[in-house]
Formats: sequence, C-alpha cells, structure tokens
Amino acid sequence: MKIDMDIEITPDVIAKHGVTSGEYGRIKTILGRSPNITELGIFSVMWSEHCSYKNSKNVLKLLPKDGKRMLVKAGEENAGVVDIGDGYVIAFKVESHNHPSAIEPFQGAATGVGGILRDIFTMGARPIVSMNSLRFGKLDEPVSKRLLTGVVAGIGFYGNCIGVPTIGGEIYFDESYEGNPLVNAFALGLAKKEEIVKAAARGTGNPVFYLGSATGRDGMGGASFASKDLSEESEKDRPAVQVGDPFMEKLLLEAVLELLKTGCVVGIQDMGAAGLTCSTCETASRGGTGIEIDVKHVPQRETGMVPYEIMLSESQERMLVILKKGRESEAKRIFEKWDLHAEEIGHVTDDGLMRVKENGVTVAEIPAKPLADDAPIYIREEKEPGYLRETRKFNPRSVGSVGDLNAALLKLLDSPTIASKEWVYHQYDHMVRTNTVALPGSDASVIHVKGTKKYLAMSLDCNSTYCYLDPYEGAKIAVAESARNVACSGAEPLSITNCLNFGNPMNPEIFWQFRRCAEGIRDACLAFGTPVSGGNVSFYNQSLRRRTNPPSSVADQARAIDPTPVIGMVGLIDGWKPVTSHFKDENDVIILLGETKEELGGSEFLKTLFGVKSGLPPRLDLEAETKLIKLLVALAKKGFLRSAHDCSEGGLAVALTESCISQDGDEIGAVIDVGDDELSTEALLFGESQSRVVISISPKDLKAAQDMIESMAYPYRVAGKVGGTALEINALVRVPVGVLKHTWRSAIGRRMET
Amino acid sequence: MKFGVVIFPGSNCDHDCYHVLKHVLNKDTDFVWHKDKDVSKYDCIVLPGGFSYGDYLRTGAIARFSPVMDAVKKHADKGKLVIGICNGFQILLEAGLLPGAMLRNASLKFVCKFVTLRVENTDTPFTRALRNDVGATGRSPLLRLPVAHGEGNYFVDGATLKDLNADHQVLVRYSDEAGQTTPESNPNGSLENIAGICNKARNVFGLMPHPERASEEELGSVDGLKIFRSILNEN
Repeated sequence: MKIDMDIEITPDVIAKHGVTSGEYGRIKTILGRSPNITELGIFSVMWSEHCSYKNSKNVLKLLPKDGKRMLVKAGEENAGVVDIGDGYVIAFKVESHNHPSAIEPFQGAATGVGGILRDIFTMGARPIVSMNSLRFGKLDEPVSKRLLTGVVAGIGFYGNCIGVPTIGGEIYFDESYEGNPLVNAFALGLAKKEEIVKAAARGTGNPVFYLGSATGRDGMGGASFASKDLSEESEKDRPAVQVGDPFMEKLLLEAVLELLKTGCVVGIQDMGAAGLTCSTCETASRGGTGIEIDVKHVPQRETGMVPYEIMLSESQERMLVILKKGRESEAKRIFEKWDLHAEEIGHVTDDGLMRVKENGVTVAEIPAKPLADDAPIYIREEKEPGYLRETRKFNPRSVGSVGDLNAALLKLLDSPTIASKEWVYHQYDHMVRTNTVALPGSDASVIHVKGTKKYLAMSLDCNSTYCYLDPYEGAKIAVAESARNVACSGAEPLSITNCLNFGNPMNPEIFWQFRRCAEGIRDACLAFGTPVSGGNVSFYNQSLRRRTNPPSSVADQARAIDPTPVIGMVGLIDGWKPVTSHFKDENDVIILLGETKEELGGSEFLKTLFGVKSGLPPRLDLEAETKLIKLLVALAKKGFLRSAHDCSEGGLAVALTESCISQDGDEIGAVIDVGDDELSTEALLFGESQSRVVISISPKDLKAAQDMIESMAYPYRVAGKVGGTALEINALVRVPVGVLKHTWRSAIGRRMET
Repeated sequence: MKFGVVIFPGSNCDHDCYHVLKHVLNKDTDFVWHKDKDVSKYDCIVLPGGFSYGDYLRTGAIARFSPVMDAVKKHADKGKLVIGICNGFQILLEAGLLPGAMLRNASLKFVCKFVTLRVENTDTPFTRALRNDVGATGRSPLLRLPVAHGEGNYFVDGATLKDLNADHQVLVRYSDEAGQTTPESNPNGSLENIAGICNKARNVFGLMPHPERASEEELGSVDGLKIFRSILNEN
C-alpha cells in the first residue's frame, strides 16, 4: 500500500478508515478544521472499537470495579492491580488476539502473548504466569487442526523463549468457532507495592524515548482490522498481523524492570494496538499534558515510510519511555547493557496537544485528551435472539436413552473439549521460574510466591454453549466456575479479569447477548465479592466460513461465534497448603458436595452423543455457590481436602474419572454410590448441575470435615471410597481406570497425529 | 564452594539455578554477566537454561562467542567444574567443551514434562552423591527430573559415541521407571537415549533435564538436589 500524503479526504477515504460521517463531524469539531490523512488515520485507530470501546463502554459500566484490595482499577492503566498482602501486589489481565490468529495462527498467537506480557511488565510487575483460553471448530476438521497446531506452537514459541511459564487455561471445540478461532491470552505479574508505575507523561520538557525494535509496515492498522468482521478479504489483510520476536521482548523486560528500579522513569507504555499513536496520546492524556515527537528519530526497518505508516504501525516489542530530564545517561547505560536500541524522539509539552513532526515540519496536531478519551459512545439497539424460542422449549429427555453407559462415558472422555490437554501443555514450558506447584490439568493453576507462604491460584473459564442458550445464566456460570476452580485448589477468589468475545455489535441480537452476559458477570461478581480488575472486549467475531448447520434463520447470527465471555479468576492461598484435583490414597472417603438435578440442557453429553446443542442450561444459585466457595476454603485451611474437583462438562462421571488420574498419569480407582430415584440415569451421571464438587477426605478427618460441612448447611453425600483399579458408579458404570485414562489422554493426540 | 551462574541475553533459568544454590542450599552464589572476562573466583560455573540470543542461528551458536566463554574454557582447563543445563548444555557443545551436537526433537515439537533418567556412572563430581543408591537397589539409580526443550535430540558421530561409552562419559540416559532405555521413554529421539554427558576429565557436565526444577518438595521431586549435592560432595 502506498500512502499519498497529499490525498484529498473524500467520503470514500473516510469510509475506508471505518470512520462514520458522524464521527468525522466530531473530528472536525475537535480540530476546528478538516483532518489531513495522517490525522484521519490516527483518529481511525484510536476510535476503533478495539481502542475506544465505543460500542461496549455503556454496558461495561455495569461491571463492579471496587474492592478493598483494588489498587489500580479497571480502565485506569494497562492492567488492574490487586493487593495480596505483606507488601506484594499482582497485576493481571486477559486480552484477545482472535483476528490475527484466524489469519496467521502462529504469529497471531505469539504476538498475543507478547502483547499481554508487555502490558504487565510496563506496570513494573515481573510476569510470572501465562495462561490462555483457546477455541476452535470441531477438531476433526483439517482447518481446526491447522489452527490448533499453529496457535499452540506460537504460544510456546513466545512464552518458552521469554521464560514465563504457560501453566494452564482452557480449550473448547465447537462448530461456532470454525473460521473464527478465539485466542485469549492471560498474564499475571508480581511486584512489591512501591514498584508499580503509571503510564503518564508528566513534566514539561521531559524527554520521550523510543525503545526496542525498529518500526516497519507490519501490523498496519491492526486495531481497525480487529474491529470489523472477518471475511474473504481478511486474508489480504495478512500484513495487518504482526511478527513477534520474543528474544527482543526478553531484553525489553529485563531492561525495563531494571530501569524502573532506578526511579528515573516518569511514565512508560508499551506500543500495542495502534502503536506509537496510542502510546503517545494516552500517556499525554493521563498526564494532562501534551507530547511532541518527530518521526525522523523513530528507528525504521523499512525505507520510505511516511508519518501515517510510522504512527499506525503495530510492529512488536516497542516501548515509549518518558524519563526525568537530566537522567538520560543513567537510562542509556541500562539500554546499552541489554543491547537495546533507544532514541529520543520528542518531549512532553504543556499545550495538551499530540504533535507529530517530520523533519521539524508538523504533520499532525491533535488535542490528546479528546483523541484518547472522547471517542463517541454508542448505545446499540438490542433484541432477544429468535433462536432462543426454540432452544428453550427443547426437552433433553426427548433424545431417548443413551444405552451402554460405559461406552457413553468413554465417548465423552474422547471429546476433545473434555479430554486431557497434555498434547498441548507438553509443548509449553510450564515450570520455568520454579513456582509451579500444581501442574497443568488441575482445576486451577497454582504458583508459589517465593519467600512467602502465599500461593496464587488462577483459572480461565467459560462454557460458551451455556452462554449461547442463556447468556445471562451462562456468564454467571463462567464467573462461578472460575471461582469454584480457584476454591477447589484452596484459594479465596480475589478478583477477575475478562475477555468478552462476541459477534458484530451492530446486530441487535448480538448486542442483546453482550448486555445479558455483562449482567450475569455483574451479579456473580457482586455475590462473590470479586471485582473486575480489567479486561478486553472483542467484537466482530464472525466466521470466514458459513456454518454447515445454521441454528437460526438470521443469517448474520448464524455466522457469529457463540457468546464467549472468558473469565480469568485469581485467588489467594495465604498460609495454608494448596489442593489438587486427583485422589491420593486408598480408603480416602469421597464426598459429593452439592445437589444433582435433572439438568442435561446445553450439556457436553447432548452435544457429543446426540449432536444436539439445545435446551436450557443448568441454573446457578449464587447464594449456594457463595456458600460452597467459603466451605471449600474453610476445608482447605484445616488441611482436610486430600483432593477437590468440580463437576463441569460431562458431569459427575467425568469429574470422578479425572480425579482417578493424577497430573503425572498415576491412576487409582474409586467405588461410588450416588443413587437417586428421581433422576434419569443420564442426568445423574452426565448432567452438569452447578455448585457441585467431588472431594476426598482421609478417614481420620472425616468426622471433623462432616461437622464443618453441616455447620455451613451445605448439601452433601458421603458417596464412596478411593481404591481399586476401576471406576464403579452405582451398578451403572464399571470401567478399569487404565481404559478411561488411555481414552482421555490420547483423544487430542490421536486426532492431531493422523 | 563458590558458584557463578552466567547470564546470557535470553537466559531464563538463571534465577532458578541461583535460587536453588543460594536459598535452598545456602551456598555462596553470584550472577556472572556474559560480558565478564574473569571467573577465577568461582569453583563451579553454571550455564543455565533459556534461549540465549533467542536461539537464533542455532541453539548456543551465538552464546559461545560471548566474552565470558573464554574465561569458562580457561576455568575448565584448570580442572574446575562446569555444569551446563539445557541451553547451557547446547552452549557447551557449540563451544567444543563437550562433543556432539543437538538436533531438533524428533517430534519437531517443544516438550516439557517430567522424565525418568538412569544414572550410568556415579564416579563423577556430578553424580557421586548417588553412589549409595546403587547398593540399595542393586541396579543403576534413577532420577525424576523435568525436561523443557525444542532441541534436545543429541547426536554424535559413531567413533566419538564409542569413545563416550567406553570412557563412561554418558552420565544419564532417558529410561522408563524400570530403568529400561526404551524408545517410548525418550522424549526427543536422542542417540542411545543420551540425556547428559561429561568430558574425559569429568569436570564438565552437560544435560538436557533441569535439576534446578526438581529441588523443592512442592515442585514434585527433589532428585535434582542429588546433582547439586554431588557437586558439593555432600550426601
């Protein structure tokens, strides 16, 4: 693409930038004149959905942000910051990199990891954990295999090299993601409270430095690219996907953390979406100042780049650093130590303007604050989707009996959504930094905070089938499941980050899904006392390819992904021992916490065995869930829990199977009796009723544990014992654990290696 | 005994090695910057894992030219100890301090998991703490350590391999839990399941698995300490 700097700003040029005529009017008002092409480009990326949240802001207001541990709240900085006590804080966030990964899975996923890590370490926190939530079409489709292979290799390429362990996450396979996979990357960093820094440009005359890789034409306008539907045309947008260099980022990481300790930094921000544009105008806006740069000082890896391209490039591994005047040499010593390229490209001003020059000649001059903060906010039309009338009416009993229950269990364990993800996590370094105390595969990922008795537990969750069938209940369940997973490892849930993945918000049915999900998150977070510390919205997740079997007559709806509000919960274990999900010793007593109901709607059972994605998903009682979480933490504190594993996809039978297999592949049997005459056998074994957890307790602690459960009045049942070599449930299921294990562990590898 | 843990640009297990030596074993330990030219004050140099110089060109191929490597060679020539773990092993191969080369894993994928190792020779400064384990079981001692690498497929020419075996320089091989060196227990396709070798003088040791990741109970294994205790000549 050749940019003609003298191009006339016609309605066609404006439309090509994704700027509406209303927005163009607003731009002219802010400038007091018409923009030139560079300014139009700058506005178009800053006012894209990706950067401005113009379509979602009004709904995001619903989410609770306050809490006594919240030091930096959602939206204030690159990531939220939560106090974990004894002088330590954590910064964490989840962010999408869906569109780039759809077009170029390896680099798309790799740079997604790179971007979220930069968000964390620019706050002064050392990243110590990566996780990710991935979604693909059915794994039997060649395109899904290609995408999974590329995405996993890309995540490993970046995370393994930079030395941040990728310790967990989730992977779902569903036809709604065909052609539009989701790649949501999570990172968490640890810092001392006083080490946290802000991304603000303060102090007139302070020098502005550019640090890291040179700027090229890669990732041009990536933020705008992410703010429209994927289409056949998107393949041509491949240059909008950036290329990652994890080695460069490792150097940046070490240099930035070293630099921040010196106190010579006023403000720092990474150049992520919208690159140099976003980092300059946002730091100025936060600082209440202006900023002036000259693009001739910006290191460039290609010749003939014009200011428009330099300002809109999304080349990776670049930072903007504002130093205290007079301390430049101190900073330069650190840059040189790490062999990093740094250039002074401008300075902080007091006129509130973002001024871009080229060889001393002003090429763009925009008030920084309105550019960064005053994008229009839209209230979108919404309407309940028509398909819900059909799915709500569906009776799961109408599919009939499943027949052989042992075979049904094995079929569920062979479903890639349920199966062990070891084919994936063996490709990630999940142990570097030697903090990982729960290997991948447990309910939550758990890391030790060195030098303390603290552990952090975290989990990424969303059952998007539930969200498709009932967005409000599904989003509530996503929060509840993540809290439950964290509590199963013994941790008190602290706070969430979220990544809200939806279709095109201009479609009223999609927007309705979006608002209902936000309301579900709000209600669950308020119930659990876990505020939202930050996150990301990803709209326009519409497939490249039409689904084979549209569930709705609305064509647009049929091609959108299922609503997928991914929740990342972080919890704290403060002085007691973490719990894992697998059974430990013969004769330990198995207790089922919670009640099983006739709830098969939206289940993996219906999907896998009958090919049906319908019905009413399980209901979630927030009061019961809150009680369960408190109970699990209380049991863990006393050291009563030998294991704890929640019932999710595949229900009780799958949860029990997973508890029979340790993260190392060791196996132990269990004999269970959970008879209930009122329920269908299918609902009993495979139903996905919420707020249920399988725990095991040493016989010596049984009485005390039961007393504790009863004192909290939580429904439970002493269900059986650990031991033997088979899993036996009532007279219904009896399979050797070795057989279950083989199916569960090989399901993904078997598909990928053929 | 004083340890020096070298930091190359891109090292990422440097802090983990330092942590075990300094905080778990309470030994005198420093970081050594890759531009340093003198390591004479150390008794044992640790080349840690990671992606030195991003693994660009070939693993370890650029790190071998770091100024510190001349000093490490002199240190080794004096008979002092050098242990290279993962990327550190790759650097030792590139620097010629150990024979052979690394190929990409046979699976062409990065692999991170716990593996079992059979210790082949306990008569070295890196394995001597395992001597007594031989007597107890009547067979070679086993270790459970994690691997995490994309290029750990050890290769060497036939003549050198013969020498390595004749001279008992192969210190650890991948095996199953019964101590059998099966193809299934080999995570990367390395020749004869080789996981780690030492030089003829027995003072330079390179291995792909990570002893520093198995040196605290809650990380799932403390077998890694046996290697560090051997270096310290403690039991």
